Amino acid sequence: MGSVATAESSRQLPSSQRVVIIGAGIVGNSLAYHLTKLGVGDVTLLDKGPLPNPGGSTGHASNFIFPVDHSKEMTSLTLESLRQYQELGVFIESGGIEIARTEERMQEFARRLASARSWGIEPVSLITPGEVKELVPFINEQLILGGFYTPGAGVVDSLRAATIMRERAAEAGLTIAANTEVLGFELENGRVRGVRTTRGEIAAEQVVIACGAWSPRLAAMAGASIPLTPMVHQMIDIGPAPRFADAQGMIEYPIVRDMDTNMYERQEGTGLEIGSYAHRPITLDADEIPSIEEAALTPTELPFTQDDFDPQMEIALELMPEIVADESVGVKYAINGVLSVTLDGMPLIGETPEVRGLWSAAAIWIKEGPGAGKTVAELMVHGEAEIDVYESNVARAYPCQRTASHIKARASEGFNKMYGIVHPSEQWESDRRVRLSPFHERERELGAVFFETVGWERPQWYESNAPLLEEYGERINRREAEWESRWWSPIINAEHLAMRDRAAIVDLTAFAVFDITGPGALDAVQRTAMRQMDVAVGRVVYTPILTPSGGFKADLTIMRLADSVFRVVTGGAYGMSDLKWFADQLPDDGSVQLHDQTSAWCTLGLWGPRARDILAAVTGEDVSNEGFPFARCRTIEVGPLSVLASRISYVGDLGWELYVPIEQGARLWDIVAEAGREHGVVPAGIGVYGTTGRLEKCYRAYGAELEGEFNVVEAGMAWGKVKDEDFIGKEAHVRHREEDPAAIMCTLTVDDHTSSAGVKRYMLGGEPVLTPDAAAITDAKGRRSYVTSAGAGPSVGKHILMTYLPPEHAVQGEQLVVEYMGERYPVTVAVAGSTPLFDPENTRVRS
Amino acid sequence: MSTLVFIDRADAELSAQALTFARGLGDELHAALMGEAAASAPDDLAAYGVSVAHIAEGVDPYAPAAWAQAIVELVERTAPAAVVGPGTDRGNEVLAHVAARIDQPMAANCVSLTPGDPATLTRVRWGGSLLEEARLHGAPMLVTVAPHAVTAETVAPGSAPATVSASPFTPALSDADLVVQVSERAGALAAGVSLTDAEVVVSGGRGVGSAAGFEVIEELAGLLGGAVGCSRAVTSAGWRPHTDQVGQTGTKISPEIYIACGISGATQHMAGCKGAKKLLAINPDGEASIFASADYAVIGDLHEIVPAISAEIRKARSG
Amino acid sequence: MNVLVCVKRVPLTGGKIVLTEDERAISTRHLGFTISPHEECGAEEAIRLVEAYGGTSTVLTLGPPEAEEQLRDMMAIGVDRAIHLVSDGGEWDPQATAAAIAAAIRAQPASPDLILFGNESADAGNYQVAIRVAHALGLPCVTGVKGLSVEGGAVRCEQEVPGGRDLYEVPMPAVVTVKEGLNLPRYPSVPGRLRAKRKPVEALSPERPDPLLEMVRLVLPPGSGKRAEVLGRGPEAAPAVVGVLRELGLV
Repeated sequence: MGSVATAESSRQLPSSQRVVIIGAGIVGNSLAYHLTKLGVGDVTLLDKGPLPNPGGSTGHASNFIFPVDHSKEMTSLTLESLRQYQELGVFIESGGIEIARTEERMQEFARRLASARSWGIEPVSLITPGEVKELVPFINEQLILGGFYTPGAGVVDSLRAATIMRERAAEAGLTIAANTEVLGFELENGRVRGVRTTRGEIAAEQVVIACGAWSPRLAAMAGASIPLTPMVHQMIDIGPAPRFADAQGMIEYPIVRDMDTNMYERQEGTGLEIGSYAHRPITLDADEIPSIEEAALTPTELPFTQDDFDPQMEIALELMPEIVADESVGVKYAINGVLSVTLDGMPLIGETPEVRGLWSAAAIWIKEGPGAGKTVAELMVHGEAEIDVYESNVARAYPCQRTASHIKARASEGFNKMYGIVHPSEQWESDRRVRLSPFHERERELGAVFFETVGWERPQWYESNAPLLEEYGERINRREAEWESRWWSPIINAEHLAMRDRAAIVDLTAFAVFDITGPGALDAVQRTAMRQMDVAVGRVVYTPILTPSGGFKADLTIMRLADSVFRVVTGGAYGMSDLKWFADQLPDDGSVQLHDQTSAWCTLGLWGPRARDILAAVTGEDVSNEGFPFARCRTIEVGPLSVLASRISYVGDLGWELYVPIEQGARLWDIVAEAGREHGVVPAGIGVYGTTGRLEKCYRAYGAELEGEFNVVEAGMAWGKVKDEDFIGKEAHVRHREEDPAAIMCTLTVDDHTSSAGVKRYMLGGEPVLTPDAAAITDAKGRRSYVTSAGAGPSVGKHILMTYLPPEHAVQGEQLVVEYMGERYPVTVAVAGSTPLFDPENTRVRS
Repeated sequence: MSTLVFIDRADAELSAQALTFARGLGDELHAALMGEAAASAPDDLAAYGVSVAHIAEGVDPYAPAAWAQAIVELVERTAPAAVVGPGTDRGNEVLAHVAARIDQPMAANCVSLTPGDPATLTRVRWGGSLLEEARLHGAPMLVTVAPHAVTAETVAPGSAPATVSASPFTPALSDADLVVQVSERAGALAAGVSLTDAEVVVSGGRGVGSAAGFEVIEELAGLLGGAVGCSRAVTSAGWRPHTDQVGQTGTKISPEIYIACGISGATQHMAGCKGAKKLLAINPDGEASIFASADYAVIGDLHEIVPAISAEIRKARSG
Repeated sequence: MNVLVCVKRVPLTGGKIVLTEDERAISTRHLGFTISPHEECGAEEAIRLVEAYGGTSTVLTLGPPEAEEQLRDMMAIGVDRAIHLVSDGGEWDPQATAAAIAAAIRAQPASPDLILFGNESADAGNYQVAIRVAHALGLPCVTGVKGLSVEGGAVRCEQEVPGGRDLYEVPMPAVVTVKEGLNLPRYPSVPGRLRAKRKPVEALSPERPDPLLEMVRLVLPPGSGKRAEVLGRGPEAAPAVVGVLRELGLV
């Protein structure tokens, strides 16, 4: 469609920019604003639609914000966004009430209360049906058991916010080009060089796709992938309601989230908006979204499908009869709104792994929009952001997680859990059995209970080990409460004890493995890793990987296999993010190559006091402590197999990680299991490897204790001297060593598990750590203390919690409390720092 | 053979367009004039090539079934190859009655017609957003002409019939034919210039923002002796009465100039202002789709621009 | 009194229309469906008349099975019952449409006092179905009505014409076609929606005769090809605007 401004401004598009942002919704505008605030003014913001509402999801969003979420990262983004909306003057604090119709939901609210305290959102409170009725007089309080009240919740004007940010950015140099469609990308050597538009070409160093539901289509044009799916969310507006007659354009009543029906109701002006995540999941392809011209409303306001919403109307009518059952109140607007959903519910932020300079800022909703905009701007300018968004890293997905089929399966499964009660260990049901290790058949035969991580099926425990329960009897805690027993088995603890007594084999094939080779490999690895990498061939180094400001980017092991061959092994969960980080550090001169070997190698862990006996039985090599010391690796022959053995341990016991090419894995398992039989070897699941084994040893985990906002000194990992060579984060790290840490990683043990109902309860992580008089603990950097990891320590007979505490509390023997499910449990600081609870001298791993 | 054209005296322009369209069929042109008022000056029809004017008497005031019956009689008597009407309310109504009475197909709002067996034609759908190519299996061909699909043109000087032969007749009507008849002509509900007749229409859309916002629109319309119009969004919001609505389901207008302020240009609206000779659009969004149909564009806030135009007009007039 | 209103399911189009591959329909891949604003006013009027005078309101449509959605929409705002002349989805010409509707009305046990149509359908715009139905049933027909009242056994209609309003007074039973502006149609309430879901729809399947006005294909009209002349930005453009008005002899 022709337009006068098209003709006018075609001449005005800059030929070259530092940054081009595609998409002028809340995210694109916010990003433009924050880039200009960081001094990047040569930015162009494009949208194929008109302004101020180009027709994306921002234009029809329901615009309310409830800050409390169990995810710390999501909460941080939301709180930052809330702060910005307030500063922009577009936030109305109406308060919000999440209502419960079931006892299980009330328990979930108690858990929410804990999350709110952990992330510092106050005040929040549990209120009675009568109190809900006082705040929302038109609700039928007979239907509910109580409410979770967040007075700080409210409603924003996201379009206005976007406009204000755009205007501010324009004053600082932003070029705005509405009705400008992107036709393609200019690429060179895997790097984006510019954007081709209906108004000509713009050369750019960095291009950001902030196109919401259209993002996959744009990314595909550049050969990249932004793994999200557009989904439909139904909402209707009804009005005018007599009760709201005097409420012109104002929001006077709290937003209600009817959690158990996956619905929300909120008053605005004289009307009531009713929305739902309860209907059947409806996914679309990005190509199925109509064009602006074809759409009857906007492209993301699709025709309402009444049948899908009928049950929700019945529910709303019952809950708020005064408004909804009023015959004079009409349905004035009803849409199937399009929003962006990902495979795990988290946004997609960061440079795409496929194309350098091409960024994703997608699957970001109104509540996290401005915070995400600021974060992306910081990542683009500084390489790291104030809020560490590692859970949202667009690079996190493996290729098999980026397929349309997989994203749709997971988005559909997650859709109805939007307001669900989701257990921290809850497993996906859809699209399982995608990545199977070569041990899989053996594991299945042994009754493995599989949990999934990044597509891999991994045994969490083995039912075949049930007889061990009898063997260890009283030493094994039986969890009494259903919540903690869910996705858990006491067999995990039995496997643990068997490993400590004899030996265990563990499937670690989900590791991400990549080789860094070439003449420049040492320099590249040296620059990326904190620890000294110029070590003898055959050394294994466990090292933090730091951000420029000295926070944690990763922790992993690197084997020096040859002078210029380094093998990086890292956890599967963040493997692709780590691969991208290493790739980003490589020089451009071609002197270093990075090879992803994840699908080439399988890994079998063998640990326990009998591990050496077992290995010695299957190899002719010297595997004595002298012949094969700790932190060494080398290739040994095991029967017909050539095995790369690496003597390290994440469970704190004697043993090796054994690597073979993936097709030889089954044979390796058989050889080791056979030889191990007489030594009482057991298969052990990730329940041991990831929780019990490491917690007893106070080993930190990335994504729990180790995050960008914590540094090496705080984590208690600043052993040894700082290497002379330069590395990312060195300057900050040296400074951290000189400063007093604001917090210190501590290990707590629970003194009394008994609840007021006389049931023993076991924390699962994320709970707030409080002073004995239940005051929140905040360190000098404003960070709350919360449980970063929780789990059993079967060998020490304790339930173990890890937490950062400010120095005044980080004292062995300090008495504190932890809030869990609405009650407080006494805990004691067992260790301040990194000394393990089990085998504090580390004799096992080194013997 | 002849072509019979129903003349709607209430709309001379569209009737002239219908005559021009009918002349294109190549047959002798007959006009059907209804009532005494219509018969007053049949000679002006000569310029459009009409040779015979059939004047039905005793059918005043407007009675659609009676008028249709008069045409049915003419059809029986003169056996025209086609009966053509203007695409006015009455043109469509009378032709539809004719079609029902003789049980023949009828095509409303045609932009072209090619006689044949069957005849082929193109007609307007969706208020002009779509065209339909169709076959008409009937005789005579019954069609009305889409407004502004053809430009009214007189025949070349000298080739016009010297006179129009007036042929008055009194159709044989039953009581039923006169059950529906205008019983009273009342004045328009709204004062001022009517939208349909206005030479200038100044219209406001959602961008006006409120009922009070129309003051600046009214002022400019008043200065230009024009009428105030609006878009469907405005009537839906209750800012203006539906009588002001320009569009497919509102009023269709044909002013010398249409000044559209804060109107984005949805097809529903554009269907109502196709008849405007010139379109001046004022919109803050340089990308608004109305600019695709506009002759003149001003980009910016109508609340600043419209008063400035009014002031400029006053200045020009006082100077 | 019994009032019957006829409606037609049509796509709710946006700014740009896309045709199906066979060029015989609008592509509705992304579109919802509605009825014409004229017909909405007809349904509203039917409800109001029955509210005022008692009786039954009925909505009738000829359309594909999916058109039941429009019947339920009308029952949601308060129409009492629905008749669905289920078509095969093919194009029915106005004569065939009128014949089917007239036959269905004749077959009703209680004949309606007033039969309402929209002045023309939103899509085909044939301007004749109501008149043909009236003719077939031997009833009077007033078209383009924007004011309607019932007095005794007669219906009083107002029609907007250039320069004023024409008034008609017609005995019932009668056929009336209405235009948007007749009234302000109500929105459905939630209870109305839920009730409408449970109401029965009387379905009939008329035979489609060969069309005499036979649609061959649809064509998108060519664009205007105009390029607007930009007179300026903001109030500074006022003198240029007055210049244009002067050329047209208006100033």
